[in-house]
Amino acid sequence: MSLRVASSRVAGPVAVLLVLGALWESYRWLGERLELRWPFPVNGRTMPHTWDILAQFFEPSRRNGPLLIETLADAALFTAREALAGFLLGAAVGFAIGVVLHHSSVLQRGFLPYIVASQTIPILAIAPMVVVWLGGRGAPGWLSVAVIAAYLTFFPVTINTLRGLGSADPRAIELMRSYAAGGWAILWKLKVPASLPYLFAALRVSATASVVGAIIGELPSSIQDGLGGAIINFNQYYVTSPESLWATNIVAALLGICFFLAVLATERIVVRRAPVHTA
Amino acid sequence: MSTAPVAVQPIPRGMARQVGRRLGDWFPALAVFVLAIALWEGLVRAFDVQQFLLPAPSAIVDTLVEERSLLWSGGVYTFTEAIGGFAIGCVLSILTALALARWRGLGGAVMPFAIAANAVPIIAFAPITDQWFGPLNKTSKMAIAAILVFFPVLVNTLRGLTSVRPSSIELMRSYAAGELTVLRRVRIPSALPYIFSALKVASVLAMIGAVVGEYFVSSQEALGFQIRNAAQLGEFELAWAAIVVASVLGIALYAAVALLERLTMGWHPSARGDI
Amino acid sequence: MSAERAVVSLRGVSKVFEKGGVVALEEIELAIQPGELVSLIGPSGCGKSTLLRVIGDLVQPSAGEARVNGKTAHQARLDRDYGIVFQDAVLYDWRNVGKNISLPLELLGWDRGRRAARVRELLELVELTGFESHHPWQLSGGMQQRVSIARALSFEPPLLLMDEPFGALDEMTRERLNMELLRIWETSGTTIVFVTHSIAEAVFLSTRVAVMSARPGRIAGVVDVDLPQPRTAETREQPRFFELVTAVRDRLRAGEDSAASAEEPSEENLYVAEERL
Repeated sequence: MSLRVASSRVAGPVAVLLVLGALWESYRWLGERLELRWPFPVNGRTMPHTWDILAQFFEPSRRNGPLLIETLADAALFTAREALAGFLLGAAVGFAIGVVLHHSSVLQRGFLPYIVASQTIPILAIAPMVVVWLGGRGAPGWLSVAVIAAYLTFFPVTINTLRGLGSADPRAIELMRSYAAGGWAILWKLKVPASLPYLFAALRVSATASVVGAIIGELPSSIQDGLGGAIINFNQYYVTSPESLWATNIVAALLGICFFLAVLATERIVVRRAPVHTA
Repeated sequence: MSTAPVAVQPIPRGMARQVGRRLGDWFPALAVFVLAIALWEGLVRAFDVQQFLLPAPSAIVDTLVEERSLLWSGGVYTFTEAIGGFAIGCVLSILTALALARWRGLGGAVMPFAIAANAVPIIAFAPITDQWFGPLNKTSKMAIAAILVFFPVLVNTLRGLTSVRPSSIELMRSYAAGELTVLRRVRIPSALPYIFSALKVASVLAMIGAVVGEYFVSSQEALGFQIRNAAQLGEFELAWAAIVVASVLGIALYAAVALLERLTMGWHPSARGDI
Repeated sequence: MSAERAVVSLRGVSKVFEKGGVVALEEIELAIQPGELVSLIGPSGCGKSTLLRVIGDLVQPSAGEARVNGKTAHQARLDRDYGIVFQDAVLYDWRNVGKNISLPLELLGWDRGRRAARVRELLELVELTGFESHHPWQLSGGMQQRVSIARALSFEPPLLLMDEPFGALDEMTRERLNMELLRIWETSGTTIVFVTHSIAEAVFLSTRVAVMSARPGRIAGVVDVDLPQPRTAETREQPRFFELVTAVRDRLRAGEDSAASAEEPSEENLYVAEERL
C-alpha cells in the first residue's frame, strides 16, 4: 500500500485520538471549574491529565526499578503468550465442536443450549477452580491461564463455525455429490472454505476475548508477571499514582488491538479478499 | 384467471402439532441435562472427588435451599446492577449507531476506537470505575456492565441500519422521502433483527459484567462477593450455588429479551427456531 | 407528437459514470405521449435501467434535459408524479400486504379511512382481494409483484416506471401478468415506461418499442407496434406479431454489430456505486 494511502488511513484515527484527548482535558477543566460531582467527582485522582499518563510511562514503576514502560511491556508479553495459547486452543476446540454439531442435529439440539449457557457462568468465579485443578495435576501456571482464555475464545468460534458450515450453497453440495465426493471431501473442499468469512468474524471477537481471559486467569493464579498482576499492583497504589493504572489499561488495550490486527492480517492472507468491515 | 394462493412457507396450524414439534426439539437437550446431572452425581460419589472442585449436584441443591435468603438478596443486588448496565449500555450504543449511520464519515474514524474499547480487558477498568463511583456503589458495577454491552450492540445495530437494499432506498427516493423518514420507516425496522441478536448477547454480558465488576471491592451483599468469599472460606457448595444463581439470572435476562423479540418481531421469518 | 403535452421528454440526455468512465447513455432523444406504453429493450449494458432512473430522477444526467409531466425530472419526483416497480418487489417484511400498499399514502399524509378504501380498490385491481393481512413471505413471486404494482399505483401517478418487473418470474406467470398489466393499464390510463429483456414481451405490451444499443447506450430505433387493442392471448399468434418481433430483433442485431466488442462492467453496479446510499 502506498505511503499516501497508508497515511490517509491513519489520519482519521489519529485525528479522533487528538479530539478525544481534547475532550478529556476540557471535561476535566470544566469539571473542576464547576466542581462537578455527577456522574463522578472530577479531580486529579479520577481524571489524571493525559500528558501525566503519558509521562508516567517513563517513570520508574517502583523505587529504583525499571521504567513503567518496560515493566508493562514485559507484562504484556507474558500475558500475550498465555493469550495466544488460549486463542489457539479455544479456536481449535471451538471449530471441532462446531464441525461435530453441524453433522448431527440431535447432538446439536442436545448440547447447544448448554454451550450457550456456559457463557453465562462468570469466568472469574470458575477461574480459581480451574487453576487449582490443573495445578494439582502438575500443569504450569500459564497452562491454567491458557485454558481460561480458551473458555472465552471457543464460544464465538463454535457458533460461527456452525453457521458458516451451514452456509454452503446447496447446489454446490449437489455438484460435489454428483462427483461421488464423500462427506470428508465435501467438508474440507466446500464447507470449510465457505465458512471462512464467518470463522474469521468469530476469530476477531475471540482475539480480544483471549486477552481478556488471560488477564482474568492470572488473577486467581496469583501470577505476578503478567498484566493481571500489574493491574492488581497498580490498583493498590492508585491513590498515590493513578496514572500508572491508566497506563496499564492503555497497554492492555494495545495488546488486545494487536491480537485483533493480527487476525485481520491473517484473514487478508488466507481469504485473499478484504475482511468485511461494519459501518 | 388468477391463481390459487401459493403460500411460500406453510404455517402449521393446530396446537397439538405445534406442541408436538416443540417437545421433539427440546427432547435431546432435556436428555443431556438429565444424563449430565446423573453422571456428575455418580462420578462424585464413586470417585470421592474433592468436593472443592465439583461438589455433588445434590449438595449444591441443598445449599441453594438452605441459604436461599442470602443467595436471593445477592441475586437481586447483582441483577439490579446488570439491568442498569444493560439499559444504559444499550441506549448509548443505539444512539451512537443512529448517529454513525446518519453521518457515515464518522463511522470510519470511530470504529477503530470502538474496537479498542472492546479490547480493553474490562477487568482492568473495574478499579477505575470503583474510584469514580465508589466501590460500594452499584453504579461502579453498572458502568462495567454498560461498557461490556456497548460494543456488540453498537456493531450489530450499525450493521443492521446500513444493510438496506439499494432498491429499497431508491423506492423511498421515488416517494421524495427525507433521510429521517427513511430512517424511521426502513432502516430501523430492518435493523431490528440485528439489534435483537445483539441484545441477546448483551443480556448475558451484562450479568457477567456485574459479577466481574464485583471482583475487586464490592458490597458484601453482592453475588460476586459471595462467590469469592465462599471460595476463600472453603465453602465450595455455597460458591457453586452462588455461581448457579448468577448463571440462571443471566439466562433469565436472555430469555426475557428473546420473549420481547418474539412479541415485537413475530413477522420475521426467522422468528421460528433460532437461538 | 407534441412535445409540450408529452409525459416524458428526453433531449440530448447523456450519462457518463465517473467510476470506469463508462458512457452509459449518449444523446438520448425520446418523447412519450400520455397513455402510451413504451418499452425499452436492449442488450446488457445498453443503459435502459439507467435511462429509467434518469426519468425518475434517481440518477442525474451528465448532459441534456429530462422533463416529466411538464416539469424537471427532479421536481416531478418531489411532486411524486410517478410510481416505480423494480425487478425485486421490495416489499417490507414487517408490514402486511395492505400496509405495504398504503406506505406511499402514509407518506402523503392520507387519513386512515381514505387509505383503507384505496387499498381495497387496488387489491381488487390486481386481483388480490382477501390477501390484505398476509405477509410478503407468504406470497409467491408473482403475487408479490402484483402488490408492488398496486403500491406504485396507489397515489394515481400519471406515470409508471417498471424495471424488468417480471424478469424473475417463470414464463407462464409472466404471460399472465402481462395480460394483467394491460388490463390495469387500460383501466387506469397511466402512461408506462417498461424496461425488459424479452422481445416478445416488449412487442406484446407496447404501443412503441424503443430499441437500445450498447457501448455507448443509444436509441438505435423505435418500432411502432400497430397490433390491435385490446391485446389478447391470440395476439401472440398473429403473423403481424411475428413480423414485429423480427423487426425488433433485427434492430437489436444492427445495434449490436455496431457496438465495440470489449467487455464493460454492468451498468447496474455502476449507478449503485455512484449513489452513496
